[in-house]
Amino acid sequence: MPNTNGILGRKVGMTRVYNEMGRSISVTVIEAGPCKVLQKKTVGKEGYNAIQVGFLEKKESRLNKPEAGHFKRSGGAGYYHIREFRVTEPDTYEIGQEITLAEVVKIGDRINITGKTKGRGYQGVMKRYGFGGGKASHGSGFSRAPGSIGCSAYPGRVLKGKKLPGHMGTDKKTVKNLTVVDVREDENILLVQGAVPGAKNGLVSIYTKA
Amino acid sequence: MNIIDKIDQEQMRVDLPDFRPGDTVKVHIRIIEGSKERIQIFQGVVLKRKRGMMNATFTVRKISHGAIGVEKTFALHSPRLETIEVVSEGRVRRSRLYYLRDRRGKAARIRER
Repeated sequence: MPNTNGILGRKVGMTRVYNEMGRSISVTVIEAGPCKVLQKKTVGKEGYNAIQVGFLEKKESRLNKPEAGHFKRSGGAGYYHIREFRVTEPDTYEIGQEITLAEVVKIGDRINITGKTKGRGYQGVMKRYGFGGGKASHGSGFSRAPGSIGCSAYPGRVLKGKKLPGHMGTDKKTVKNLTVVDVREDENILLVQGAVPGAKNGLVSIYTKA
Repeated sequence: MNIIDKIDQEQMRVDLPDFRPGDTVKVHIRIIEGSKERIQIFQGVVLKRKRGMMNATFTVRKISHGAIGVEKTFALHSPRLETIEVVSEGRVRRSRLYYLRDRRGKAARIRER
């Protein structure tokens, strides 16, 4: 397993910046880190090497007892989001250590970002799978329908995996190879070129490319 | 302050003069050709201004070679704009001067403010 070091962040929104050529670049602003190491997982104990990190501090009064017990080992403060990052050598990390943005990425890096896409509810095949649909007018009556969904007596059933209407969105999606435009260490702000899955304030995981 | 507003405000230009639709302006555009940089001037009437923070733009229309109308839309905060010079201020009664596209010569004149 490669050392896929990473950090957690909150999507703030999008804007544009100008590069040194004077060209406009659309960027996503992410508030990333600091993340505290809550637990180390090793091949010897859990069967794989990883670190567990927490992001966005949670008030003590909002913690339930099992959570409070888990956070106690790393110094008490609780977190809203807990995720794991696979690392090759967990021994280089200390429990309670804070991982900051600058340790993970620098300007010009290519990174992968995972987030949960916006929920779109129950959608038809045109929006969900990009089907062409039929004519909109002239009495068509076949505007947004999926059309035929299979054959007749043989096989006499609809094949598994057939693209049909259903729930769309809130999927875990990864966007790969995004360029880091700017890293503002003192504000924990990361600017990446292009779009990132999820709504504003959504949790995103930032992975360095191995 | 909102993080995005802050990033925008850092880049926004405050050195540009105030101008309105109907004004005649000279836009000094920085053009990079290979390693060389030169300034090109585009002079014409401001057709519209699109408001916004970083996304503000304005459109300038000029009559090229006495016959062809040319319109250019500029991002107001672009670093490629060297300066904007206001040549004359025009008095117009609307904010979007699209009617100028259908007029030429004497009919396309704008009164001074």
